[in-house]
Amino acid sequence: MAIKPNIGQPLNRLEGRQKVTGSAKYAADYHVPQLLYGYVVNSTITKGKIVRVDTSAAKALPGVVEVLTHENRPGLAWFDLQYADMDAPPGTVFKPLHDNKIRFNGQPVALVVAEEFEIARYAASLVQLDYEEEPFVTSVEANLSKARPAKKGIATALKPPPPAPTGNFEKAYEAAPFKVDAEYYHGNEHHNPMELFATTTVYEGNGKLTIYDKTQGTINNQLFVANVFGLRYKDVRVLAPYVGGAFGSGLRPQYQLFLSVMAALHLKRNVRVVLDRHQMFTLAHRPQNLQQLQFATDENGKLTAARHAAFVETSSYEDYTEVISSWSHRLYPISNTRFEYKVVPLDLSTPTDMRAPGGVTAMHAIECTMDQLAYKLGIDPLELRLRNYAEVDPSTEKPFTSKALRECYRQAADSFGWSNRNPEPGSMTRGNKLVGYGMATGVWDAYQFPSRIEAILTKEGKLMINNAVTDIGTGTFTVMTQIAADELGLPIEDVIFGYGDSKKPFSMFQGGSSMTSSTGVAIVMAAKALKKKLLEKVKEMSDSPLADADEKDLVFRNGRIALVNEPSVHINFQEIVAANKGQAIKTTKMGKPHLLKLRKYSKMTHSASFVEVEVDKDLKTITVTRAVTAVAAGKIINPRTAHSQISGSMVWGISKALQEESVIDENLGKYVNANLAEYHIPTHADVHQLEVIFAEERDELINELGVKGVGEIGLVAMPAAIANAVFHATGKRINKLPIHFDELLE
Amino acid sequence: MNSFAFLRAETASEAVKALNTKAQAAFIAGGTNLIDIWKYNLTHPELLVDINRLADCRAIIEKADGGLRLGALVTNADTAYHPLIESRYPLLSKAILAGASAQIRNMATDGGNLLQRTRCYYFYDANAPCNKRVSGSGCAAINGYNRIHAILGASEHCIAVFPSDMCVALAALAAVVNVTGPNGDRNIAFADFHRLPGDQPERDNNLQYGELITSIDLPVKGFEQNYSYLKLRDRQSYAFALVSVATGLELDGDVITEARIALGGVAHKPWRAKEAEELLKGKPATPENFAKAAAVILQGAKGYKHNSFKIELAKRAIIRNGMMALHPQSQRPGAQPSL
Amino acid sequence: MFIASDDIFHKVWILAKTLNPMENEHQFNELQTVRLKVNGEQHELLLLPWVSLLDALREHLDLTGTKKGCDHGQCGACTVLCDGKRILSCLTLAVLKEGAEITTIEGVVRGNQLHPLQQAFIDHDAFQCGYCTPGQICSAIGLFKEGKAKTREDVKELMSGNLCRCGANIGIIDAIMEVKDGGMYE
Repeated sequence: MAIKPNIGQPLNRLEGRQKVTGSAKYAADYHVPQLLYGYVVNSTITKGKIVRVDTSAAKALPGVVEVLTHENRPGLAWFDLQYADMDAPPGTVFKPLHDNKIRFNGQPVALVVAEEFEIARYAASLVQLDYEEEPFVTSVEANLSKARPAKKGIATALKPPPPAPTGNFEKAYEAAPFKVDAEYYHGNEHHNPMELFATTTVYEGNGKLTIYDKTQGTINNQLFVANVFGLRYKDVRVLAPYVGGAFGSGLRPQYQLFLSVMAALHLKRNVRVVLDRHQMFTLAHRPQNLQQLQFATDENGKLTAARHAAFVETSSYEDYTEVISSWSHRLYPISNTRFEYKVVPLDLSTPTDMRAPGGVTAMHAIECTMDQLAYKLGIDPLELRLRNYAEVDPSTEKPFTSKALRECYRQAADSFGWSNRNPEPGSMTRGNKLVGYGMATGVWDAYQFPSRIEAILTKEGKLMINNAVTDIGTGTFTVMTQIAADELGLPIEDVIFGYGDSKKPFSMFQGGSSMTSSTGVAIVMAAKALKKKLLEKVKEMSDSPLADADEKDLVFRNGRIALVNEPSVHINFQEIVAANKGQAIKTTKMGKPHLLKLRKYSKMTHSASFVEVEVDKDLKTITVTRAVTAVAAGKIINPRTAHSQISGSMVWGISKALQEESVIDENLGKYVNANLAEYHIPTHADVHQLEVIFAEERDELINELGVKGVGEIGLVAMPAAIANAVFHATGKRINKLPIHFDELLE
Repeated sequence: MNSFAFLRAETASEAVKALNTKAQAAFIAGGTNLIDIWKYNLTHPELLVDINRLADCRAIIEKADGGLRLGALVTNADTAYHPLIESRYPLLSKAILAGASAQIRNMATDGGNLLQRTRCYYFYDANAPCNKRVSGSGCAAINGYNRIHAILGASEHCIAVFPSDMCVALAALAAVVNVTGPNGDRNIAFADFHRLPGDQPERDNNLQYGELITSIDLPVKGFEQNYSYLKLRDRQSYAFALVSVATGLELDGDVITEARIALGGVAHKPWRAKEAEELLKGKPATPENFAKAAAVILQGAKGYKHNSFKIELAKRAIIRNGMMALHPQSQRPGAQPSL
Repeated sequence: MFIASDDIFHKVWILAKTLNPMENEHQFNELQTVRLKVNGEQHELLLLPWVSLLDALREHLDLTGTKKGCDHGQCGACTVLCDGKRILSCLTLAVLKEGAEITTIEGVVRGNQLHPLQQAFIDHDAFQCGYCTPGQICSAIGLFKEGKAKTREDVKELMSGNLCRCGANIGIIDAIMEVKDGGMYE
């Protein structure tokens, strides 16, 4: 008999007190003795090589301890493979300070290490570098001739290239009565977590390091450091108990980690390296891309043909890819398809997954194209989606483990008041504002990765759960504690979740909306194993009242094991510990997806967003006045933290549709607005009414918990819904994101 | 981000004297812009003279001629929320509150507001060509990304814009800037305080080295009955203006007896066209008449690759803000469009 | 927190070194004594003028609750109260605040009792990663003291100097409105 008093409850975040009192420590917050400060020097050219290095002025500054460049850095691992982290795309990994070659503007070229932060920063400005510049390219649109298929590698396993064509797209498109041919462009975006990338490396002696790092993967970075610097895995400990946002930027080890460790080992001192906000634009980012879509329907609005081609930025040294062109056939039945994906190598740093990578990019294009088709057909945009609703995954003909998208459409449309919409563009007004309603669909994969959990009944009779996973603000700490508490029948206070530490059992990096299923399911597995072990102990106990009880007649509740039908007959956890000579009882278990079973199914999360915008009639300023997003993502463990994940993603949707862009000056080959004053993300004044609905979705198949993950899905539909609302308000289609309001001026 | 000496001055004359002992020294008050650009390695002061303790520049006082005097060290927030400013110069109050953030307005001083440097991307990049930062190094903005740049009064050497909101209102109000310096005191009409870039874009204004702003005088006319500040930008708060407009009107019934219109975000200084204000005199306050005024104000406007929209946007903003000035109670937080 | 005593000696040694007349061309300038009352406690710091108030708090007083998000006045993460007013500690120098009274997030809690805003932030899930939270809370306390925000729209505008990348905006404003309308602040 499963009693789950915590799962499904909107618990407050367990680390809330630490976060509101300032006692939560992030990577740059550790005060360690005799700390040295590293400051990075970045390339001022985009491509070419360093021909002269002069660090004499920097080194002459009192308090400067060392200036490391490619010329004097310590010897390091030689093979690319040793630098390849778990998320490295195919290609040659960028190795900081490796040689004199410059591959992108802002590439780290030196590290100044000094006794004071201000000295390091000043000295960094005194490092003199002469370059030989080479011509560079930084624009996808201007370099489509360089487009080519991406190389394949390990990391592409999660990001399959587009499937082979089906049917005959050309013929079907040609013959179709209704069709849309559209092109979409997205500029670069940067994750810009509020926390600056930082690493504090504590040099423990004897080749041992304790590293406080900003990362989404403690073990990923532990392996990276050990491999690159030739250290034993067990001598490298990476800690990230608090991570000030990451959104994908912490999936791969960033260069401040490398530089901080290099300096610490070289100088045998504690070293902290913090990037400044400008330097935050020299690493991970969402790639610029151009998408071409040709969709066609029959007389009834059923899709008959779809072509989706994506031309996507990568760097000159790695073939980063996302899944962009192959989503529509998983959402809508289409018999004739042609999907293409090509990379365009540019002289920029390698892109990295950024919240809903690929998915939000693709669905903006797909769902705006669908909106255009609805107008051509003269039917309601929601009706068009329903006419093409897929009951089974059309790309594989496999059933879904669950799919409550229809409920998402219904509940969100009702709550929004979609039926009040007059489809005529520009027909709805409020004072001198044009009012637009737009909607779109969202999809995302439901991932689950292997994860190892250590479950311990402590001497005090509490449950300790250990895993290397991070909590980047997603609520992982709280959610995992809820799962563990229910599994062992303990109150929340009696569960200790140890996380954010590479010393703890294996976890993948925190990405792809996979943690609740990966770590959560592993916790269930480990807790079950622990329960089994406890029952064995109970049987062994000399005067056990439960010695003869059958396992199915027992229940774990409130820190005791009791007879289901006679709860007064029980044994406390403390008694079990006492019988175990006062020693804690441990188990370790690997949780992994049921691959064989799940092979027969398609597993996805879905969402529907409905958005209202107001556009000033004359000035064309755009305001997202309200939005409703309904999500079908299986079981929701904590409605409060899940709600925050979705409403936060909806803010990201506003941001992506209307504000954020890293603008590249093609003459200089660099970002011109690499700061938070001109890289706009929403302020409080930009955020109005946002409603989140979780459509009930019982999923008995996907995993033991019936969970799917909510990190990305809230973002996926928003940009398209906003763009469609802007069209409805103004009659103008702006297919380039972000939409600048001035593009609506006649 | 070089090291500098630091000296705390108690009087204006002491401050001016101290500053003139060095070739590369600066006064520091709120520091919100100076520390920003120092950290970006754009300015390299050898000495900072702290003027925060100067006793004479810290108050808003009523002048004998009926106007007001804003001490240079009064913060932007204290100015915007001062009862006399709110009641007599609400246009100034609204313009200040449309700029920066509450925290920055609590730090930044009125004198410092006049001395803000441009937000031009290339000025802020120590490695990019910029004639304003390094005379003769070129202008990367003219053929670069110039969405935020000037459409009026620019030169082949510089198309940067002056970013202040407060100064747009001060221009409309025809304020006077009082300065002291090595050669004594003088006052500068607001229209003459900031410069157009011409062939000396490194000079933002007409202050001489070592001169210190001590106060800003507001003339009697405050347009407190009919005023509006409108700011258009890429997000709804905490962003610099693409185009902003300060409008003050005096009306006799429907008829305009006096008009002031100043634009921000479009030029190297707050932009005022007296001919346009003259044109409105004696005319009813209608969109048609504001459109005529806009045409005069925007005469000679020139767009670049990414900012041509500003010409049309400024025209519409002038019209809307003229109408908003008829209903000042409709002013919205952040100087967003209303009506 | 482990501030080893040899660490303090080490710092003094470094500072002493910078004080010495040097042979090279890059002369540092003089150390200044800066008296700050931080969270009710009087401190006397020996600092070079180029140390920002933010770095003085974080690196010299180990008050790391105040966060560095941009170091240029663009994000609000470093907001503290200076003589009761909310300011950005990254955009001022410690020497400029000689004699000032500073309240950081560490000084907002009273004993063990959370400030009503801190509790409201927890109750409204007004944060995810928590990095902007100290700045948001200090900023909101400053907002209350200013007393200029009447409506929700006013609060949104006057809190817009504090960015939140997780998108917890609605929770943040809800939390502030609850405390404001409930009169739960001085």
